[in-house]
Amino acid sequence: MALPNHASTLERVWHYTYLVICGLIFLFLIAPILVVIPLSFNVEPYFTFTERMLRLDPTGYSTRWYDLLLTFGMLEPDAPRDASWWADAWSNSNWINAAKNSIIVGFFSTILATGLGTVAALGLSRPEMPYRRAIMATLISPMIVPIIIVATGLFFFYSSIGMQNWGIPYLGIILAHATLGIPFVIITVTATLVGFDHSLTRAAANLGADPITTFRRVQMPLILPGVISGALFAFVTSFDEVVVVLFVGGLDEQTIPRQMWNGIREQISPAILSVATILVIISILLLTTVELLRRRSERLRGMSPS
Amino acid sequence: MSDATANAKPEMLTTADGKPLKVALNRAQARARRKAFLLVLPLLAFILITFIAPIGQMLHQSVYNEGFTMHEDIGSGERTPIMTNIKAWFDENPAGTEPGEDAFAALHQDFLLLRELRAPGQVGTRVNYERGGSRSMFTKTARRAERMEPPYKEAFLEIDEEWTDPELWRVMRDASSAYTFNFYLAALDRTKNVDGEIVQVDENRQIYVKLFTRTLFLSVLITFLTFLLGYPIAHLLATLPLRYSNLLMIFVLLPFWTSLLVRTTSWMVLLQSQGVVNDALVGAGLLDDENRLQMMYNQIGTVVAMTHILLPFMVLPLYSVMRPINPSYVRAARSLGATSWTAFRRIYFPQTVPGIGAGALLVFILSVGYYITPALVGGADGQLISNLIAFHMQNSLNWSMAAALAALLLAGILILYWLYDRLIGIDNLKLG
Repeated sequence: MALPNHASTLERVWHYTYLVICGLIFLFLIAPILVVIPLSFNVEPYFTFTERMLRLDPTGYSTRWYDLLLTFGMLEPDAPRDASWWADAWSNSNWINAAKNSIIVGFFSTILATGLGTVAALGLSRPEMPYRRAIMATLISPMIVPIIIVATGLFFFYSSIGMQNWGIPYLGIILAHATLGIPFVIITVTATLVGFDHSLTRAAANLGADPITTFRRVQMPLILPGVISGALFAFVTSFDEVVVVLFVGGLDEQTIPRQMWNGIREQISPAILSVATILVIISILLLTTVELLRRRSERLRGMSPS
Repeated sequence: MSDATANAKPEMLTTADGKPLKVALNRAQARARRKAFLLVLPLLAFILITFIAPIGQMLHQSVYNEGFTMHEDIGSGERTPIMTNIKAWFDENPAGTEPGEDAFAALHQDFLLLRELRAPGQVGTRVNYERGGSRSMFTKTARRAERMEPPYKEAFLEIDEEWTDPELWRVMRDASSAYTFNFYLAALDRTKNVDGEIVQVDENRQIYVKLFTRTLFLSVLITFLTFLLGYPIAHLLATLPLRYSNLLMIFVLLPFWTSLLVRTTSWMVLLQSQGVVNDALVGAGLLDDENRLQMMYNQIGTVVAMTHILLPFMVLPLYSVMRPINPSYVRAARSLGATSWTAFRRIYFPQTVPGIGAGALLVFILSVGYYITPALVGGADGQLISNLIAFHMQNSLNWSMAAALAALLLAGILILYWLYDRLIGIDNLKLG
């Protein structure tokens, strides 16, 4: 992208304008995400930078909204903060309970999606797979079909089979979230299987390995980075999903996004911003993990990591 | 000698155990196909139950409404057919027959049952979907049904003069069969008139077609905006050396990984009238304190937030198409005398068209069905068709209407999805 020496003045001007435009677009992309972080430490219940914050006055900042996250819903939020206070927070705080639910739902739906998706991706990437195109299109479709349609359909379906009477908590949400996570697993795992040399499995079989050993010792190490990033995608999908939870979730099945949704719709308070900040930090961690995995996968498969 | 070789049949190739090679090969291939298919089968079954079946159920709901024909007790789940007498009357008399005493007598019988089952509200609601004001008529009539004396026609008219309205009888006739396409008609702002012909509804009640048009318009706008913003940065990322572009890529991927609700919340914080953007503009003296911009709870909010949220879906396909483009083509054009603009227009741009197609189609598909962001920042005029489906599901409880709208939306999405698969191929869908 370096400017050649022979560039004309006009080209130079355009080049720098172009860089400025790109800088602004990058700002547009990232600023909205980062802006919530300082605002979540606002001492006032406003959604804008107060004068004290702009002066970097420490009295303009506080962690009161994070504190509110912990205490909201507690029986005795003002008691001294000893072991019993924390026990109270752990069992009664609304946000902590929502986090627990989100993690339970996310965990089981990720296991389901990753297990089924990985096995299917192995089949799909075999050259002999019949009706590959149609099946692939079907399996990816949960990502394309609008979430409101999925939620509407599930609402009718679950009530017609009477799932709420089965007494298995979270079952409906877990199944739905697994379905929504499956396309991501399929895409990432098949991507790591592209260019997979099938003579490797044949060589393993030739050397006396049964299919399970072949899978464990030959295929699995190669596709593992794809499986893990697929699983992370599936988890994030579930962790962020609100519409299905709103439509088919029971009243006590509060998850973090649902709690956020209610908070935003009813009365948006800066506590929402502190949740948002925590979620942004989680997504930074996830992005880093996925990026590292991708590089590892490329190195494993002998593609140049540059 | 030569004769012998000529007459001998060419020896068939066989495997070691004497089977013809062709048969053995076919068998082996069939086995391999079966094995591959068996690996996919569990997932296919899972998707069938948790995804295809629910959508099928929804499609069924869009053409099937039991409101007028069946009552289900909430407690016991016992199902009782209702309105059977009037249904029999409808079956015996062709459409357009003036309802006489026999029809009203049948109706009276049905109302007695309705009263017993406490179901007049349900039936009234079903009729109300197609003819406003009918629900109160049904509940009012049911309350007095036991005290009615023949002649029933006069008794009904005494309660409400509307009981001979041909429109009402047309709706009841349609509703007496649970299967109906009327919800699709309603979803297209159409209705049937007294003679059963399909006509447009009144001007001031046409909302759905308008909303479909708005959804399409906003989606096109958002797709165009993401292209406008995505193209320059994809180009920059594709031409920078990898160690820089990988770093800058974080700016695209972090939003991609961040929760949708978080991004929407951020935009609410930024765009509020007391929010960061307005404060900055007022602080910079560009805006009076009284004239703060109204950027949220309207279409601007929806468009800005959705453009931001969908931008990565445009940048990533563009980037993956632009990265392998050989820079020497443009250099060759320049050395042959093209200006940098001509070289871009004639050489570089045409090579990026597949990326534009992939990105634009993906962004368009995703934005047509968007729900969360318009619901939170859209206000009244920034709502899309998904929001109306949710409204019918949660507020008006007209589930068949919601299902019909969802089915229309789904049909549109599937066509676009098919197009995407044809033109770009689902295999080329990449995440980061």
